[in-house]
Amino acid sequence: MSEAEFGPGRRSGSPAGARLHIVTGKGGTGKTTVATALAMALASRGGRVLLVEVEGRQGVATLLGEPPLPYGERELIPLPGGGRVCVLAADAESALLEYLELFYGMRLAGQALNRLGAVDFATTIAPGLRDVLLTGKATEAVRRRSGARRRSAAPAPFHYDAVVVDAPPTGRIGRFLNVNTEVAGLARVGPIRTHADRVMGVIRSPQTLVHFVTLLEEMPAQETRDGIAEIDALGLRVGSVVVNMVRPPLLEEPDLTAAAASGEFARDELAAGLRAAGLADAADLAAALAAEVGAHALRVALEHRTRERLTDLGRPMVDLPWLEGGVGRSALEGLADTLGEQGMGR
Amino acid sequence: MNVTSGEDTPNAPRLDVDTLLDDPATRIVVCCGAGGVGKTTTAAALGLRAAERGRHAVVITVDPARRLAQSLGVESLDNTPRPVALPEGTRGSLHAMMLDMKRTFDEVVEEHADPERARQILANPFYQTLSTSFSGTQEYMAMEKLGQLRQSGAWDLIVVDTPPSRSALDFLDAPQRLGRFLDGRLIRFLSAPANTGAFRLLGAGFSLVTSVVNKILGAQLLDDLRSFVVAFDTVFGGFQARAERTYRLLQDPGTAFVVVAVPDTDALREASYFVDRLTRDSMPLAGLVVNRSHPLPDGAGRRLTAAQAAEAEAVLRGAGTHPLASAALRLHAERVRIREHEARLRDRMLSEHRGIRVAEVAALPEDVHDLASLRTIGAALADGPSGAAGDSWDSSTRH
Repeated sequence: MSEAEFGPGRRSGSPAGARLHIVTGKGGTGKTTVATALAMALASRGGRVLLVEVEGRQGVATLLGEPPLPYGERELIPLPGGGRVCVLAADAESALLEYLELFYGMRLAGQALNRLGAVDFATTIAPGLRDVLLTGKATEAVRRRSGARRRSAAPAPFHYDAVVVDAPPTGRIGRFLNVNTEVAGLARVGPIRTHADRVMGVIRSPQTLVHFVTLLEEMPAQETRDGIAEIDALGLRVGSVVVNMVRPPLLEEPDLTAAAASGEFARDELAAGLRAAGLADAADLAAALAAEVGAHALRVALEHRTRERLTDLGRPMVDLPWLEGGVGRSALEGLADTLGEQGMGR
Repeated sequence: MNVTSGEDTPNAPRLDVDTLLDDPATRIVVCCGAGGVGKTTTAAALGLRAAERGRHAVVITVDPARRLAQSLGVESLDNTPRPVALPEGTRGSLHAMMLDMKRTFDEVVEEHADPERARQILANPFYQTLSTSFSGTQEYMAMEKLGQLRQSGAWDLIVVDTPPSRSALDFLDAPQRLGRFLDGRLIRFLSAPANTGAFRLLGAGFSLVTSVVNKILGAQLLDDLRSFVVAFDTVFGGFQARAERTYRLLQDPGTAFVVVAVPDTDALREASYFVDRLTRDSMPLAGLVVNRSHPLPDGAGRRLTAAQAAEAEAVLRGAGTHPLASAALRLHAERVRIREHEARLRDRMLSEHRGIRVAEVAALPEDVHDLASLRTIGAALADGPSGAAGDSWDSSTRH
């Protein structure tokens, strides 16, 4: 898809200039939370954003405390200032039936195919088709314009300012986004091929960014490095590295260094402090707390090393705090603000 | 003793990992759970512990993380079980392999087809994508490999790490779905020559269907698919029967499912689905592993509540003295709060699944690098998070 179709592109790699945001990361890093907060950040100050879930887990509904969502774009998160986030829990089967009806007017055929098991085939078994359909749904929303298109005048404005995809984990993200290659080997011509080409046009355009969610732990960070290399190799654009669940520093740097270096926290000083605070059993307590501090220092040192290696990637990095007591709507608003403050908002 | 919210623990029985691993009747252990909870590490730790207790174990992993291979002291893992070097005098043995879906699929084809037909199948573009990116292939091939290793008889214990499926149910459903598809009406329809009786059996709408299939998939794709299906069908036949055999193998009492979770809302919800599903399908559930939790070690620290720590910290902060103790108290207060949160989540899950056996593994301060840390995890699986004797599970919730 040419740049012209999207209007003049802003600075490449800038979150504010992109319209399709793919959020990936290792399992357990909080992709759904980050995708939702990003959608909210992009919808701030009156924006309209679609959040698409493709893994069939109903993670967004769960996060928002809603019952499972039926297939359809539903406005779920109204924001102050008139911003709106619509949510679509996309599943391949509904996307296929919708696709048949939209492009071929073939509702009946769809039902016949369904009886044959062809829908099952196309959506769960046929190579790449599932991903074609899901990325197709997301890219269609990116291209969609409001109202009827007039021939002479400027094109109508986009229906959505941005689309955020809560995407598959890093292990599958390359395959998910690179559907075209998969399909090209099978469908060299025909409508499926045309459709796949159109999808890839959007995904390869400067309007699409792939963001990686990670924790300050070795495995998620390693997967982030591998995933970024893969996305680079595919010629797609990497956006930000979102470091999720960052804990506030509890100890000052010198204390940590001392604890890590000696392997033993200054126990006498600790016991004196505990006594001064009026705690009984200060010596035993000091031993216990020293062990806690020692373990904490190891963990923090590991986090430092992990962060350094992430910084070496040279990508914009964004921190989101660890939230005590889970994530609800108000916590999401806080995360959205934090993303906005670090340049990932509208 | 101050009692916190964790006290209402439904006193879950402990998952006795050693008894499970020592029992010669246990032949297969399947680790399942949401992504990122430590399934692979748990599988490796169980395999190592079993080997050191005298079993001849093999671990099948689907996780391509190099770190696992490194922690096992193996350069890299591939589709063939590789021996893991264990200390002198180890009673059993350990092998490890990483599932290569394509290689496994190729082997199945080569084994069941004459060379010419095998060549045709392996060269078909449809097969090539089927064997690498079919949704469900990884699950299917993991089960295929499990069946092969089981049949080889070279190991008396197989530990399987399951693929990070989209949903909890894929892992159990995918093999059957693939089998159903390959045996199904669509395949017969596609492999039948056009305009024969087969079409008439399909009832109304068949001409519409053929035109739609042609229109959407394209005639060339359909031809490839048809030739693939014809070649494939004669080779396999009974894919469904194969899937059912695997499914029954999983239901066998010699199999033990271990559901792995971390103490957070999402992972425990997924674990809950797994437990329900395994129960519904009569799969032998050994228990739940709550991984990477943050229990407080026994001793003086456990008796100091978050409120007491915060209060003492306020005193020191007010006086402006002892910054080290102040920081340590803040750290402790947070640790206690984290523990209480974990205990609440865990208790909610356990109250929904009464009687489920549980083992808890405390988070290590650093990531798993070597056999020693896998051994530590294995010991924690067997003994509880703090290594204390008795029901550390129950006592860890009191402060």
